[in-house]
Amino acid sequence: MANLSVNIAGVEFKNPVIPASGTFGNGREYEKFYPLHLLGGISVKGMTLNPKDGNPPPRIAETPAGMLNSVGLQNPGVDYFIQNELPNLENKGTVIIANVAGSTVEDCITIAQKLDDTCVDMLELNISCPNVKEGGVAFGVSCQSAAGITQAVRKATKKPLMVKLSPNVTDIASIARAVEDAGADAVSLINTVLGMRIDIKNRRPILKNNMGGLSGPAVFPVAVRMVWQVANAVNIPVVGMGGISKWEDAVEMMMAGATAVQVGAAIFSNPYCPVEIIDGLNNYLDDSHIADVNELIGCVKPW
Amino acid sequence: MAYQQGLYPLIKKQNLAKNIYDFTLLCPEIAKEALAGQFVHIKADGFLLRRPISICGINRQKGTLRIVFEIRGQGTEQIAGINEGELVDMIAPLGKGFTLLAKDKKAIVVGGGIGVPPMLEVASHYRENAAAIIGFRNAAAVILDKDFEKNWNKVILCTDDGSAGQKGFVTQALKSRLEAENADIIYACGPALMLKSIIDLANEYHIKCEVSLEERMACGVGACLGCACKTVKNGEEFFAHVCKDGPVFESKEVIL
Repeated sequence: MANLSVNIAGVEFKNPVIPASGTFGNGREYEKFYPLHLLGGISVKGMTLNPKDGNPPPRIAETPAGMLNSVGLQNPGVDYFIQNELPNLENKGTVIIANVAGSTVEDCITIAQKLDDTCVDMLELNISCPNVKEGGVAFGVSCQSAAGITQAVRKATKKPLMVKLSPNVTDIASIARAVEDAGADAVSLINTVLGMRIDIKNRRPILKNNMGGLSGPAVFPVAVRMVWQVANAVNIPVVGMGGISKWEDAVEMMMAGATAVQVGAAIFSNPYCPVEIIDGLNNYLDDSHIADVNELIGCVKPW
Repeated sequence: MAYQQGLYPLIKKQNLAKNIYDFTLLCPEIAKEALAGQFVHIKADGFLLRRPISICGINRQKGTLRIVFEIRGQGTEQIAGINEGELVDMIAPLGKGFTLLAKDKKAIVVGGGIGVPPMLEVASHYRENAAAIIGFRNAAAVILDKDFEKNWNKVILCTDDGSAGQKGFVTQALKSRLEAENADIIYACGPALMLKSIIDLANEYHIKCEVSLEERMACGVGACLGCACKTVKNGEEFFAHVCKDGPVFESKEVIL
């Protein structure tokens, strides 16, 4: 059996497969399918300082090989997470990544401070949610604002800090460099791609929010390209996500430069997807006589 | 309780009306746990998202579930194309079902169109103590009326054009029924406007009422928070989720 463990900013993951934020709740639902210790880590549902009600429905629209969502960060707030969700995740034998999605820099600082004395292993600063009016992607589209919030949160926490990047930018590599310079220990990408569908019968957008974030296999090639560009631009670990639905996708994403991968929308269709990817990855390494999954990271030989 | 996901044989398939299909699936471990009002989440080959379909019948002895659904788009069309003997990829049972009172209580189930199937299992609990008010566009669209009769339910069939049963909407039939006879509980599923009128009637007559809602859904288990619906509890409005908090809601909590 090959070594599947990877290290991101000093945090040891037993394998490089992590359910992505917003697709796995706080683990409770999928714990009814399989034990969470099988997973490398869990990126929990994005949290804001105060409870957030999210956007009006419909929030979901299916698309070719994908889906749009406009959930809008509905969550019960960081205090609720610490009091009611974290105790259930503690000691489950998997890395806990807290997804921080405050609507202001100050909110993000406060959330990070509140999480600092908890058992959370790592923060994932979400500067890329396309579905909220305040915060979210507004932080993630310019180098200056991305660096500013990263620096502020970096100072507020002792935890390793990963910054989740938006694909809705002209040059993602320069944003990645900016957050690296500002003190990020890792980056994760891509968040969803801004999209829209229209119901041709009533001439209305399907989503009540008009626009939403595209995820699923449709975005996979975009994600691979961006992970490759970012991995070539920074010296910190890159966690790759966007449309991964099978072990071959995980291998491809790691070859592009990802140290680990997050799996999102594919879980909706197959709850076991992350676990099947871990098994498939393991078999692939054994069959290919690769002793260590780390050998895959960035091994693509570009033309 | 653990969730079940697996491949289950389609042992009986019928076409009940235009675009309406009736599946019986062999799934003993799901049938054992399933409750009236819950739903199953079915994979449509080639589509990212599963399709939520209400449970129409549960046979614990035979270990089968019955679902009746309408072709609404390409995904349900694909599911409708599955043949007897083939396997259906299903996660179930999901969601919160109907509250069942004692069997001797008087229940009224009200279904409109494809909202009728989820009413069959709950009506069977009350046998002759349940009245089933079921409404359709016309005679050709009528489904399951004989099944309610087999349950010993009193069937009140309505069609918009009067081509079968009485002419008019289920809400009119419900009002006449409530004028004639009291009830302990009303269950309803159908278009939002219909549910709204039924909830108004339930309030007017001070009868407990539960409604089954639908919304565009992704995970089906309460993780993604996609299938939001506006509800109110203790005077506070918030977005609950059809897949986990529902699909069955107390009528007083629903904002349509």
